[in-house]
Amino acid sequence: MVRQVMDREVSKLKNEVLLLGSMAEEAVLSAVNALYLRNHVTARQIFISDQEINKRRFAIQNAVLILIATQQPMAHDLRLMTAILEVTSELERIGDYAKGIAKVTLAIGDEQFAVPIQDIQMMANRAVSMVHRSLSAFISEDEIISRVIPLEDDEVDRMYESIFQRALKAMIDKPDSIDVTNYLIWVAHNLERTADRATNICERTIFIATGELIDISDLSFSISQTPGQEAY
Amino acid sequence: MEISIETRENTSVKYPSLVSLPVLPISNKGLLDGFEIKMEILNLSVFYNKFRALNEISVKIPTNRITAIIGPSGCGKSTLLRSLNRMNDLTPKIHIEGEIKLDAKNIYGKGVDIVDVRRRVGMVFQRPNPFPMSIFENVAYGPRLYGISNRMLLDEIVETSLVKAALWDEVKDKLNQSGMTISGGQQQRLCIARALAVEPEIILMDEPASALDPVATIKIEELMQTLKTNYTIVIVTHNMQQAARVSDFTAFMMINQERAGTLVEFGATPQIFTNPKNRQTEDYVTGRFG
Repeated sequence: MVRQVMDREVSKLKNEVLLLGSMAEEAVLSAVNALYLRNHVTARQIFISDQEINKRRFAIQNAVLILIATQQPMAHDLRLMTAILEVTSELERIGDYAKGIAKVTLAIGDEQFAVPIQDIQMMANRAVSMVHRSLSAFISEDEIISRVIPLEDDEVDRMYESIFQRALKAMIDKPDSIDVTNYLIWVAHNLERTADRATNICERTIFIATGELIDISDLSFSISQTPGQEAY
Repeated sequence: MEISIETRENTSVKYPSLVSLPVLPISNKGLLDGFEIKMEILNLSVFYNKFRALNEISVKIPTNRITAIIGPSGCGKSTLLRSLNRMNDLTPKIHIEGEIKLDAKNIYGKGVDIVDVRRRVGMVFQRPNPFPMSIFENVAYGPRLYGISNRMLLDEIVETSLVKAALWDEVKDKLNQSGMTISGGQQQRLCIARALAVEPEIILMDEPASALDPVATIKIEELMQTLKTNYTIVIVTHNMQQAARVSDFTAFMMINQERAGTLVEFGATPQIFTNPKNRQTEDYVTGRFG
């Protein structure tokens, strides 16, 4: 049986979550690119986009509140509503990470990078890719993909560790570079946290599909194989 | 409005504006700005003999929207509803003060055609009450009373009304069957079709789903969303969740100290159920009343 009003509003909300995700992903990639090019204009634009991200997050959360009050979602629908509340918070935090990277661009001026910036870019691409695919899985409520994506977080953690170790060495070898290298560690940290947020989004998708609240980092990898098991 | 954000390599990305999501109004000032008003109730008081049942109720009913009237038992919801098409005239010793304007004309004014008022303001009752005749005749009854006898025209009216009431597909092969032989939910939709057949402008619904099972209830609620495109709907319901699901605006009524029904708060439904302005409304919608 179809509930037209509820289904229509849920569809709108999912679209807005996807849009918010696009904005957050674009903000991170733009912020890293601005850092690479030392583009202060683009860096300042990230601050504006962050305001829009915040506004949209509150609008989505407000709409969820209205939907809960007026449509009384139950079971799967209720899990989806609470998950949307959490995912919008994750995306807003990713927007904050982008803003943090933009601040670094404005802070370091024209100082030379002591760590190859290409490594930062690769890390950004991987983290944003994880966010993008985790959001797609969230919208389609794909439990299986949501259990796979978090496995890539280990690779992002290794990238961070590599950048961190080289940054430490650079600071020891060239004390003049301590400030700018420290800022780059912060950038890498923000990107590592971005990948963590993608993992959190995957956890919410599993919650929607199964009702299980899990911390993926505590689990060994497994795919749900129970015959006839339905998401809801 | 679109927002354009300059991003990588000096390209701009245009993100569509947030026009699709519902928004909670910050205040009720200008709540009905931009809405056409179909019916306006002005200082309405209803007396049964000397007993004041409704106390100076003023509210505007927007066109092509669903307005719900909620409140505890005995607060005068049905009395108010029945005033909107002068059904209360049938109650002995009833006395009205104030005005009810339909398209800016007082329906209690001198020389008003009560029959026409009741055609323009149709009513569906709590318990489905199909006439003891065929499904076809149930729907054709009203148009026949208005003098329509052409069979082809009646066929068209009956089919159109049953389609609008989302019942046609279920009964098109048994139009000659008695209206009493179909299910309760179908009977209620038959009653809605009967009301639609005389081309009303407003449909009053007095707890239309309270006698129905959950599946039939959802069908009625979904039907209301379709009907509001062309009709103004006022629904009385003791089911708050239903009022929250179906309506665009909600009026909350309570009994005052003189035991007369009064209007406590009127607002957009999302606001009434997420952030009511009045403490009594808050107590009622959160289940803390009484």
